[in-house]
Amino acid sequence: MMNETRIIIAGFGGQGAVALGNVLARACMIEGKSVTGMVAYGPEMRGGTASATIVVCDDEIACPFVETPDHAIILNQQSLDKFEDSIVPNGLILVNTSIIRRPVRRTDLTQIQVAATEIARSLGSIKSANMAALGAFIQHTKLLRMENVERGMRELFGGKNPVMVETNIRALREAAQRFTLVQPKQ
Amino acid sequence: MAEKILLKGNELLAEAAVRAGCQFFAGYPITPQNEVSEYLSWRLPQVGGVFIQAESEVAAINMLFGASAAGARCMTSSSSPGISLKQEGISYITAAELPCVIVNIQRGGPGLGNIRAAQGDYFQAVKGGGHGDYRLIVLAPATLQEVYDLTMNAFDYADYWRNPVMILGDGILGQMAEPVETKPYKPILQIPPKDYILDGCKGRAPRVIKTLILKPELGLVTHNEEMQAKYRKIEQAIQLCEEYETADAELIVSAYGIPGRVAKGAVKIARKKGIKAGLIRPVSLWPFPKKPFVKAAQTAKQFLVVEMSQGQFIEDVKLAMECRRPVEFLGKGGGWYPTQEAILEKIEQMLQSPKGAKS
Repeated sequence: MMNETRIIIAGFGGQGAVALGNVLARACMIEGKSVTGMVAYGPEMRGGTASATIVVCDDEIACPFVETPDHAIILNQQSLDKFEDSIVPNGLILVNTSIIRRPVRRTDLTQIQVAATEIARSLGSIKSANMAALGAFIQHTKLLRMENVERGMRELFGGKNPVMVETNIRALREAAQRFTLVQPKQ
Repeated sequence: MAEKILLKGNELLAEAAVRAGCQFFAGYPITPQNEVSEYLSWRLPQVGGVFIQAESEVAAINMLFGASAAGARCMTSSSSPGISLKQEGISYITAAELPCVIVNIQRGGPGLGNIRAAQGDYFQAVKGGGHGDYRLIVLAPATLQEVYDLTMNAFDYADYWRNPVMILGDGILGQMAEPVETKPYKPILQIPPKDYILDGCKGRAPRVIKTLILKPELGLVTHNEEMQAKYRKIEQAIQLCEEYETADAELIVSAYGIPGRVAKGAVKIARKKGIKAGLIRPVSLWPFPKKPFVKAAQTAKQFLVVEMSQGQFIEDVKLAMECRRPVEFLGKGGGWYPTQEAILEKIEQMLQSPKGAKS
């Protein structure tokens, strides 16, 4: 249906784009929304981009694959180059300004600028950069309740690494207060 | 409410098989179905089952012949080129009237093709890819809930009818994740005791399971007739289909699997725009659910078929309603995916310049 929200999350392999997608999908399930998730698969190479796509809807989801995302969560510059043009007109882009050096070219997009890697580093682990990005994204879009995102994270990772989960949650909350919104230039 | 889980389609299918009592799996790796094997490699031993990564697809399907002859619920999984390799074994298993579940998570073809999702194996699955007059029961899930439910049902159908059941999915269905209610396994059919299996003949007459029947009359001819009689019964028993907004539809969209769910979204948007569109989404591809098409052809003026292939399923749609209405096609093979927008555009185009309907 048209009220499906299509999201792409992309970064370099190991940056946690797929984990971010997993947390987001689980949080949607907890909140009782319909959700589908897909991790890009194919002849990927080391150092290349890793990406996941999520579709969220209150109704049943018709189309689980995403060709033109409404929202893009972009963790590195290579992913910005790869996916910037695919975003729908007047869509939303989140950029990790800690490591993305060039400005977003598209002037029709709303931008969430967040220093995700810096925020994560200040909390003790740059591995939490993905969750910092998620915090800013959720805070702005109000797509889900933050408590459900935290619960999703605990359910997914709590058993494996409780310390990391706490750092992740701090990153989520911290970034929710520390991003810059740039409105489209008309 | 039942427990909800979030797994990839391939993993979910594997879990459903375990819960339905699958005791034996053999397979050979191929993208995009590898998670089926990966999951079962650790999950089956937990329940006392047997997992074998076979030396080839041919070996895997023949291992199923053996496992099924010994009475085990068994499954193999592959993707298009690998399923082609299994065809000889599939023909043998149908001839021996043994139950098993075969999973085809289709990719782009022909040849080695690519690893994008596709639906180019429809003819092979539904019309018979191996030699001889045989049929597979073919189930085509469109959601992960259906993957879960139909995988369980597949084992029941297979045992009840003593016939292989194929689950025909595609790379999107295998790779996507979606929340699913995991109801406990409940058989949908009463399975008679397996009085044909080879489980040691101490105290009873030996049994033979074979597919070489040299004698024609009262031999292979009779065997074929008996198999056909069974197929006619299956056709009466299984015709699964989702119908959506068909009652007053002027245009019917038909698709199976992933394009089926995308088409449903397109139909919903069309309805919001005041277009009288409807959807028929076959869930069993053999037997093909003919009745909804015959009924819809009485009111609908045009049909649209959407496939991730160059057009195979469309032939069964035309046959089902004996070409009473014009059928247009939207589809490509090799990894093309249909969007709701593309389907909607085609619907609108068809309504603007309708082709003359035969009455």
